[in-house]
Amino acid sequence: MTAIELRNVTKKFATADGGTYTAIEDLSLTVEDGQFCAVVGPTGCGKSTTLTLISGLERPSRGEALVHGEQVRGIDTSTGFVFQQDAVFPWRSVLDNVAAGPVYRGASRSEATALARDWLRRVGLSGFEDRYPHQLSGGMRKRVALAQSLINQPRVLLMDEPFSALDVQTRAIMSTELLNLWDQTKPAVVFVTHDLEEAIALADKVVVITAGPGTVKAEFEIDLPRPRIVQEIRFDPRFTQLYEQIWEALRAEVAEAYARTTGATEVAS
Amino acid sequence: MIDTPTQPQTVAAPRPDVPVDGATSSTPSAPSARTRARRRRTVLAGARLAIVVVLLATWQACVNAKIVDPFFWGEPEGVWADLRDWFTVGTSQGSLGAQILVTLEEAVLGFIIGSILGVVCGIALGRVRLLSELFAPFLKAANSIPRIILGSIFTVAFGFGIQSKVILAVVLVFFGVFFNAFQGAREVDRNLIANARLLGASRWQVTRGVVLPSAFTWILASLHISFGFALIGALVGEILGANQGLGLLIRSSQNNFDMNGVLAGMVLVAVIALAAEALITLLERRLLRWRPPQTHGGAAVE
Ligand SMILES: Nc1ncnc2c1ncn2[C@@H]1O[C@H](COP(=O)(O)OP(=O)(O)O)[C@@H](O)[C@H]1O
Ligand SMILES: [Mg+2]
Repeated sequence: MTAIELRNVTKKFATADGGTYTAIEDLSLTVEDGQFCAVVGPTGCGKSTTLTLISGLERPSRGEALVHGEQVRGIDTSTGFVFQQDAVFPWRSVLDNVAAGPVYRGASRSEATALARDWLRRVGLSGFEDRYPHQLSGGMRKRVALAQSLINQPRVLLMDEPFSALDVQTRAIMSTELLNLWDQTKPAVVFVTHDLEEAIALADKVVVITAGPGTVKAEFEIDLPRPRIVQEIRFDPRFTQLYEQIWEALRAEVAEAYARTTGATEVAS
Repeated sequence: MIDTPTQPQTVAAPRPDVPVDGATSSTPSAPSARTRARRRRTVLAGARLAIVVVLLATWQACVNAKIVDPFFWGEPEGVWADLRDWFTVGTSQGSLGAQILVTLEEAVLGFIIGSILGVVCGIALGRVRLLSELFAPFLKAANSIPRIILGSIFTVAFGFGIQSKVILAVVLVFFGVFFNAFQGAREVDRNLIANARLLGASRWQVTRGVVLPSAFTWILASLHISFGFALIGALVGEILGANQGLGLLIRSSQNNFDMNGVLAGMVLVAVIALAAEALITLLERRLLRWRPPQTHGGAAVE
């Protein structure tokens, strides 16, 4: 069944000078239940905006966003969201952060706490229940964010460059762990990144977005076998093949976006 | 009066280590660095004490040399004598403890009520756009009038008891806390609100679980000044008309042309204000435990 469907969505923002800015235009995308979809594109092409439309944080200016066949109207709590910047609550302990979802959804304190402990174990944070977020490393905070989101068993999981602030090693480890966690509940995932390697290593499908206003340039099925170990999959010859293929599509967009930011007319590829 | 919210201490980088002489801060030199820091604090405290002593001694010397007229300006020895008298014999209005208690009660009540009202109104207006659009002009206008004058009205309307003082203190405290709570509610990280909503929080749960705690940094910053305002409210109320309290004590000293008495009252008020400040700082440390360590704004705040 189709989990997520964007039908020709356009999103315009009002600008400070009274005009409008088109962040994404005529973008269509479908993600099946249990599918892991990675979205790549240059900075500013509208990747984050796309996620806000699926989550209901924003409404499309034109077109439709559907989750499980129903139009998204307002914030949909069956959707999990992992933000690019830290969005864990700094005044709550790790345990209370993870227990937040179940408590908001009406679970009793003790139920929520028991569930939170279980999820902390799954993300490898047992023993850190009583810490505050500022006492954790960036990677650990991301684990908290993951547990906080996954504890609600979302059928749709949206991730906005979740690992972009982490160092390369931590990032690879977290990616592998993400795949293991995903395997346990198999939600439909939209994983936004500007890192093509990460996208290929994780996803079933990679979608390339054009330089803003963003629209889908091309889609690629990733037929690498699972389970995957992110640190090692890069050495697979098929990985290199896919990388070259997708980079071909992405290169022009990255160059275009770069040229705009620097004001240069053309950038050598 | 307060127009702009009081800035909370910014969340800054972790406190840098105390600089250690030489390039290394290896383990053997670490304890010595701590000892040196302690010694430095002791020296600083000693220097401060010396400054106070020098100032008071100069003042007294000027009085003794007839450069300063103690009739108008008082003298340290007289202030000390008055304080000792009040403590041992009592004041013209009864025991000193009773006077302090009355003023404290007025200030604390005014502080608590004013702070709660300020927080509730500030968060409500910060969260509900319609409310802020509706009431913002009134609050701005009310903030720009010299509210201390209202003390005269309250004294006439509510009499010489503590009620009129508490109400004046509430009015003075309210605005500072209100504007900070309002600003704090406005500055909440949008991602945190979005995250809470997606996790399933209702609007009320977002207000209680996200907006209030994140505005707390701002609110606590305003509480430091607000207790001072509450004290001013209580004292001015007492000076305008009361049967008891430190304000009345100061007022009767003035009526008797006893400037030493006025200054002695001032010293007592200063001690109360400093004690309250210390308590609020303690409360702040407890409530903001979740924050990363702060760089302090120098020794002046401690
Ligand atoms: N709320 C907003 N108001 C105005 N412009 C916005 C807003 N959100 C995003 N934009 C603009 O839309 C474009 C796409 O943003 P975004 O989706 O964040 O890009 P990406 O995540 O791909 O880097 C950017 O140029 C950004 O400045
Ligand atoms: Mg983005």
